[in-house]
Amino acid sequence: MRVFKMAAPRCVIDLAALTRQKFVDDGVSSHSADEQENVEASVEQKFNIFHQWAEKEPEEFKWPPLNKEKHLRYLHKGLHHLPESYECLDASRPWICYWILHSLYLLGEKIPEEEASRVTQFIGKCQCPDGGFAGSPGQQAHLAPTYAAVLTLCTLGTEEAYKSINRETLQSFLGSMRTTSGAFTMHRGGEVDVRGAYCAVVAARLTNVYKPEMFEGTAEWIASCQSYEGGFAGQSGMEAHGGYTFCSIAALVLLGHERLCDTQALLRWLAQRQMRFEGGFQGRTNKLVDGCYSFWQAGAFPVVHSVLSKQDTSLDCTSWMFNEEALQEYILICCQNLNGGLVDKPGKPRDYYHTCYCLSGLSLSQHYLNEHHSCNYVMGGPENELQVIHPIFNIGLDSAKDAVAYFSRLPVPNIR
Amino acid sequence: MKQCYVNEQLQGQPRKPPNITFINKMAADDDVESSSEELCLFYKDREEWKDVTPVPQDDGPHAVVRIAYSERFQDVYNYFRAVLKSNEMSERAFELTTEAAELNPANYTVWHYRREILKALNKDLKQELEYISEVIQDHPKNYQVWHHRRVLVEWLNTESNELEFTALILKIDAKNYHAWSHRQWVIQTFNLWENELAYVDTLLQDDLRNNSAWNQRFFVVSNNTDCDDATVEREVTYTKEIILKAPNNESSWNYLKGIVSTKETIFNYPGLDEFCQTMYDKQLKSPYLLAFMVDMCEDKLEAGVDKETTLSKATELCTLLADTIDTIRKKYWDYIKKRLVSRFSEN
Repeated sequence: MRVFKMAAPRCVIDLAALTRQKFVDDGVSSHSADEQENVEASVEQKFNIFHQWAEKEPEEFKWPPLNKEKHLRYLHKGLHHLPESYECLDASRPWICYWILHSLYLLGEKIPEEEASRVTQFIGKCQCPDGGFAGSPGQQAHLAPTYAAVLTLCTLGTEEAYKSINRETLQSFLGSMRTTSGAFTMHRGGEVDVRGAYCAVVAARLTNVYKPEMFEGTAEWIASCQSYEGGFAGQSGMEAHGGYTFCSIAALVLLGHERLCDTQALLRWLAQRQMRFEGGFQGRTNKLVDGCYSFWQAGAFPVVHSVLSKQDTSLDCTSWMFNEEALQEYILICCQNLNGGLVDKPGKPRDYYHTCYCLSGLSLSQHYLNEHHSCNYVMGGPENELQVIHPIFNIGLDSAKDAVAYFSRLPVPNIR
Repeated sequence: MKQCYVNEQLQGQPRKPPNITFINKMAADDDVESSSEELCLFYKDREEWKDVTPVPQDDGPHAVVRIAYSERFQDVYNYFRAVLKSNEMSERAFELTTEAAELNPANYTVWHYRREILKALNKDLKQELEYISEVIQDHPKNYQVWHHRRVLVEWLNTESNELEFTALILKIDAKNYHAWSHRQWVIQTFNLWENELAYVDTLLQDDLRNNSAWNQRFFVVSNNTDCDDATVEREVTYTKEIILKAPNNESSWNYLKGIVSTKETIFNYPGLDEFCQTMYDKQLKSPYLLAFMVDMCEDKLEAGVDKETTLSKATELCTLLADTIDTIRKKYWDYIKKRLVSRFSEN
């Protein structure tokens, strides 16, 4: 394994040069320009403060620490109790489990058996008699909490967790969510967009209930979501967007139909999404940076790499094709809440969703890997290093391997 | 008549409805997140709900991610679970879904159930449309409320005032993804293409960097025309003008490439080479201009035109981007350079 380090982030090495990367409005103001300039101002403030701190630092490596202890405390708290303001996520409780447990995993925290069992039992209460999982016990099955539930159980990785999934009814539920166009509806009588396809194929692949006929037409439908910009939209015709792009390319790879994607066009769009000043990623052209895109956008690079590596000799085999140091600079300096947890951008409140995806983005920017070797790009001390993720599923690499190994020993159900 | 009032003010006299007993209840503790004073007749205390046994949430004995629901939330949802279980299709169940949806608009089970009642009781869908308009304005980034609206419009099978409504939401947030998505669906379903380009024009005049508006432009042009020569020419002229105004606006460059590519490689499209070269010669440092020129070189190379000079120009541009103009994307531009050389050099 090779290790790469940069002595300090851009805002320490050459703050003046970094400042020159700010938004150019060509003398034409507009709402988009105003918004961007406001965000840059608040990010600049953070960069300035850090620059001043670093100047006084005698150490060789000047990177902010990842406040692991504080983040852990925030996460442990949420696993047990959430304030009333979380009523708005009462239909997403498996998601909250996943965001917290995955974050704990990334931070290297071991989940005690008893706790793992409690989570498993709770997720089990969210499982529906007709298959799939709901947002809370007693609600209807929905592809998003189904995805989150499966990921949570695979993250726990205990036999009790694996066994709690009713694979027969899951397969039947996934099948019933597919529409004639090949697209997936999120729940019975629900909306159709590309998240559905991704959630369904992840759940099917991890638990080994996948059958090709369950996804007939799906890859073609996903491909129709690629816009003229190169990224993918939620539905055909709509604007290219980071979340939907990740879902699309990851699903295409899981379906074995990555060739349906114009990969070069996608790569161009992805590369353009990294903000030259902030270092983090935006979700759409001319919109604002957001910590969660550290995963949705940056996370698409490993997927694209795996697609290109099969035929492209020009591909760099030592790192992903985005600026890892700049992303880590943005996350570590701008996205950590003083009291633990991570955020969208300075000034925004912390939440478990942003904590999960900022940490996931941090992890993947720290680790490059392919079949043959791995390279390490951990900025800051070893205490900043996170566990390695599987970029398609966004669970631990080991968790993914163990789950796949376990379920592949079981026969694929054959529900009509 | 609504029997539950929630008074959000901490001071001042609460409204007292006549002939109804009420419970004046302050928030449970000093928790900052729940500072509303609730004046509420819980379902468990209502005479007309005495026949229903509330169903408490079954999280199991060792729940995790437990939310500190307010008493009102628990009460409403205990009764919602009850009617869901018995599949009650009634007016009172309908009103219950209104309250449940207000407490958590993201509860897709509630919305789905509400739709079942709407059908079962053959309720006034136009009134429901007015209701959902209010809810969407309060929660414009919520999937469930927009989907609910779409189903209503499907059932009514009329374009109603969808263009007006989405325009209203877009006036507040010109990039709201759900609004655009709904608008596209309405236009396609009811063939409402006619004035859309003009609408897009007004948005772009307001903000030439509104990428959603540019996307909508592409949507209209590519779906409603055959991307015939005249249309594309008009679009190219339109876009070039906006690029000249603000050459660092990525949206316009992406659109230019997109719209030309429906017909032709960008290299072959008349006037573009000159357009770019002129700006380049004026020392314009826009990374999008340079990227566009790299793309034109690639087209030329694929066509086998002037290989050596073109490749040299392309690699020069990539180096400029990687090392000077667009350094955040250095690894990407180095890759593009390497790829061009590997594909097109004479070796």
